[in-house]
Amino acid sequence: MSDKHSVGVVSPLKAHFAEPIQLASGATLGAYDLVYETYGSLNADRSNAVLVCHALSGSHHVAGHYADNPKNIGWWDNLVGPGKPLDTNKFFVVGVNNLGGCYGSTGPSSINPATGRPYGADFPVVTVEDWVETQARLADCLGIGQWAAILGGSLGGMQALQWSLKYPERVRHALVIASAPKLTAQNIAFNEVARQAILTDPDFHGGNYYEHGVVPARGLRLARMVGHITYLSDDQMGEKFGRQLRQGVLKYNYDVDFEIESYLRYQGEKFAGFFDANTYLITTKALDYFDPARDFGGDLKAALARATAKFLLVSFTTDWRFAPERSREMVYALLHNNRDVSYAEIDCNAGHDSFLLDDAQYHAVLGTYFQGITV
Amino acid sequence: MTNNSLDRFDFDVIAKWIAPGERVLDLGCGDGSLLKFLAEQRNTHGYGVDIDPANVLACVGKGVNVIQSNLEQGLAGFEDGFFDHAIMSLSLQTVHRTVPLLEELLRVGREAVVSFPNFGYWLHRQAILNGRMPVSKDLPYQWYDSPNVRFFTIADFQALCEEKGIAMRELKAFDEGKEVTEDPNFLASLAICRLGRD
Repeated sequence: MSDKHSVGVVSPLKAHFAEPIQLASGATLGAYDLVYETYGSLNADRSNAVLVCHALSGSHHVAGHYADNPKNIGWWDNLVGPGKPLDTNKFFVVGVNNLGGCYGSTGPSSINPATGRPYGADFPVVTVEDWVETQARLADCLGIGQWAAILGGSLGGMQALQWSLKYPERVRHALVIASAPKLTAQNIAFNEVARQAILTDPDFHGGNYYEHGVVPARGLRLARMVGHITYLSDDQMGEKFGRQLRQGVLKYNYDVDFEIESYLRYQGEKFAGFFDANTYLITTKALDYFDPARDFGGDLKAALARATAKFLLVSFTTDWRFAPERSREMVYALLHNNRDVSYAEIDCNAGHDSFLLDDAQYHAVLGTYFQGITV
Repeated sequence: MTNNSLDRFDFDVIAKWIAPGERVLDLGCGDGSLLKFLAEQRNTHGYGVDIDPANVLACVGKGVNVIQSNLEQGLAGFEDGFFDHAIMSLSLQTVHRTVPLLEELLRVGREAVVSFPNFGYWLHRQAILNGRMPVSKDLPYQWYDSPNVRFFTIADFQALCEEKGIAMRELKAFDEGKEVTEDPNFLASLAICRLGRD
């Protein structure tokens, strides 16, 4: 994609919210900030706004790059820009770092005004419902009464779905990509391994590691390594790494023998260098807790009856973390509520991470769907 | 063969069997033309099912609800009797599991509408007599690239419905878009029928 399709240089903005928020857990957060970015222009009718919700490790930096760091390109830059599937010539796109995050929105590493020290373990667990609530306040602040569309992949898709349930009148289209209406026991199990890696790291200090001048990097590394395995497909790992040896010979020790080990260590190392462990813990809990059918005795169809948006769901054939079956559950629950819903199952070998790639059919479906949205 | 290639007369026949505001399901919906036509003519609320990525894209482009799914895997996700009409427009002959799918059609739909090319059409018979597989407007494929996997005549289909206790409530047969009333198994290239359970 050439430069003319990039939103170019972008700058994050910060909104301060002084009104306390009551969280799903029962805890209250007095005041908080949300950082966000916008691309394109809000039209006179304020009818062209699209919210992009991020997943576990994402942020408000969806597209473009920073003037002082041109290599820091937005995580969904292949999708969002002038002439791209989510066309910023037509839409006003908003990306926001969720509450509890570590990219500038108030989170565990922020200073707790009550103590003058980082929140650490005192930062409350936040949920998908809480994120939607805070995103709605940001929408109010931006003068956006109704989103033309809300789009998200994985955990971001859960937020799009939750929006359509909590504020049906504020969402015209919900695009739920590689997502699920709730995690399976296996999903929760992987999250628990990741959490245990962090919680048992001696440098975790019960969540108050900031004061000790350390980070639980070992735990975070392991958490990311486990996560990474689940984002890729067996096929793709086989194709990419197979049993290739890093140095051509077996070493008969516990250094890196295989390329896959090197890859996972690199990914873990990189992630532990910038991501906050408490944010990781909170975010995996938000994933585990999300289950809109819980209040309806597990009946997803009853839970989704409140939604009035039109839906597009997309899944990927090799995604075993959020398998196509999970998307189909939502499709049929929506269909049996007489909602407009379309569903594309994209043949892509990259597992869960497919949703971040620019597979031709995937982007054609998204682009065509966005073209059909009237603003 | 999908209903991309259908002429409007087929759509018109189907539309006449659909009451305004009905909920319809189109299995093997192709590019969504029929569902769009029914929405315009009958104000239906419809969903299409198709496995082909290009067709899914075409449906999305038309604003037609489409669910990418393999018909061979059945309709397990659909509730009993949810649709007023379940339609298979020129797609029944492309699936292997003919009988289970027919039964599924009548499980999810109050009625079913099925159209199919008639292999018993006289021109097709003539082609066979001349030693070649038939190729015609309603059977436009060569034997080696045909998406059709079941080859049957109007008489075959009638016999199957009878055997399976499926009521054929109406049958209309056509040759080149003109309705055929006499000896359709010989003179018609295409049949459209309305099925139910009595």
